[in-house]
Amino acid sequence: MSSPVVVVDGLRVVRGGTAVLDGLDVTVEAGVTGLLGPSGCGKSTLLRSVVGVQRVAGGTVTVLGSPAGSPSLRTRVGYLTQSSSVYDDLSVTENLRFFARVLGRPVRVVDETVELVDLGRHRDQVVGRLSGGQRSRVGLAAALLGDPELLVLDEPTVGLDPVLRRDLWAVFHRLAADGKVLLISSHVMDEAERCDRLLLMRDGAIIAHDSPAEVKRATGTDSVEDAFLALVVPREGRGATSSTSEDQR
Amino acid sequence: MTPRITLAITARVLRQLTRDRRTLAILLVLPCALQALLWWIFKDDPLVFDRVGPALLAIFPFFVMFLVTSVTTLRERSGGMLERLFTLPMGKLDFLLGYALAFGLVAMVQAVLAVSVAVGLLGMDVGGPVVMLGVVGVADAVLGTALGLFVSAFARTEFQAVQFLPAVVVPQILVCGLLTPRDAMPGVLHAVSDVMPLTYAVEAMDRLASGEALGRVWADLAVVVAFGLAALALGAATLRRRTE
Repeated sequence: MSSPVVVVDGLRVVRGGTAVLDGLDVTVEAGVTGLLGPSGCGKSTLLRSVVGVQRVAGGTVTVLGSPAGSPSLRTRVGYLTQSSSVYDDLSVTENLRFFARVLGRPVRVVDETVELVDLGRHRDQVVGRLSGGQRSRVGLAAALLGDPELLVLDEPTVGLDPVLRRDLWAVFHRLAADGKVLLISSHVMDEAERCDRLLLMRDGAIIAHDSPAEVKRATGTDSVEDAFLALVVPREGRGATSSTSEDQR
Repeated sequence: MTPRITLAITARVLRQLTRDRRTLAILLVLPCALQALLWWIFKDDPLVFDRVGPALLAIFPFFVMFLVTSVTTLRERSGGMLERLFTLPMGKLDFLLGYALAFGLVAMVQAVLAVSVAVGLLGMDVGGPVVMLGVVGVADAVLGTALGLFVSAFARTEFQAVQFLPAVVVPQILVCGLLTPRDAMPGVLHAVSDVMPLTYAVEAMDRLASGEALGRVWADLAVVVAFGLAALALGAATLRRRTE
C-alpha cells in the first residue's frame, strides 16, 4: 500500500464542552475508504477536520503532505457537506459555473462534470426543484469540478433509492480507477461492501480499519453489520477485552 | 483576495437576486413607493415633504439593504454553504467584497430610481447638486449592507436576523434627526446620535437639500464610508474558516 493520503494523529475535537474526538489516530490510503458508523459518532467531525473547517483542540491532521486546511490544499481536496451545499435558487449549470470560476477552472469542465454525474437532462433546472438525489449529485459535481486528488464526501448517498445509490457508487469507483482517493461517510452498513477499505467508527473511536472481507473474517461474521455488532458488544457487555480489530491503536 | 473570485461571488449574488423577484421589488420599488406615500400624506403641506423627504432618501435604502443582506448572508452561513466555500480558494475578503459589490450595484440602481422619483416626479426641493443625493444614497445603502453582513454573525436563524431590525436600525432612525432636529434632543441622545452612522447619511441628505456648502456633505459622506469599512472589517473578523 502506498503512503497514506491522510494521517490523523492524536486528533482531539471539543464541541459544546464535551470531547467528540479524543486522541484519534487514523490513516486513509488510496482507493475508496468508507467511514461507517451510527449518526452522532463523530464521522462528520472527522471529515470536517480533514478538510480543515473544524476547530481542533489538539493533534494534527496531515492531508497530501500538508496540514489540513492549508491554502495549497484548497484546489486539491473536494468536499461535499452533508447538506450538499448548493444554491437552491440557481440552476445546475449556474451553480457549477460559480464553483468553477471560484476554482479557476474553464467553463467546459462544467459540461463534462454534469455528464459525469448524469444530470445532463436537468442542467437548466433550478436546484430547488430537483429531487434529493439529484440535488446531492449537483453537490458532488461541484466537489469534482476542481479535479481534486482527494474527495471527502459526507453521506453522499443518504436517502437515495437503491438504483441511484448503485449508480453513484459506480461513479465513485470510476473516480478511484482514475487515481482519485475517496473518503466517504455513511451510516448505512450495507454500503460497506462497496468500499475498498473500511473505517468503522463508534463514539468518536475507530473500532476497525481494514478491507470489508478482512473485517468480516476477523470477527467471524457474514456481514459488516454483524461485524460491527461483534466489535461493539464485547466492549459494552464485558468491558474492554482484547479487540478483534486489526490495526486499532 | 482574488478579483476573479470576488467577481464570481458578485455575479452569483446578482443572479440569485434576479431569481427572487419579490426581493428585487423590495430593493428597487419599495423605497420609491414609500417616498410617494409620504408625498401623498403631506400633499396639502408640501413643505413637510421637502423637510422629511431627504432624510427618507437615506433611511429607506439603509433599512432595506440591512434587512436583505443580513438574511441573505445568514442563509449562506447556515446550511454548510460558507463551510464549503471556505474549503475552496476563497478569501474572507472575496466573500465580503463580493457581497458588498453586488449590493452596491443594486444600491446604485436603487439610488437613481429613488432620487428620480423624489426630485423629478414628486418635486422635492433640492438646493445642492442632485447627483450628490445619489452618491450619498449609494454610500448609505452599502453601509446598510456592511452592517447587515456583520450582524448576521450573531444570528442563528433568519428569524433572529430579522430581529436585528428593531434592535439596530429603528433606534438609529429615531435619533437621526428625522423626528426632531438633533439640536433639540436631550444631550445624552444627541451624543448617542453622534455615534450612529445613519445620522451622517441623513445629515448629508439634509445639507444637500438645503443647498449647504459641499465640503460639509463630503465630511458626512466620509463618516458614512468609514463606518461602512469598519463594519466590513468587523464582518471579516466574524468569518471563521474553522468553526466548532
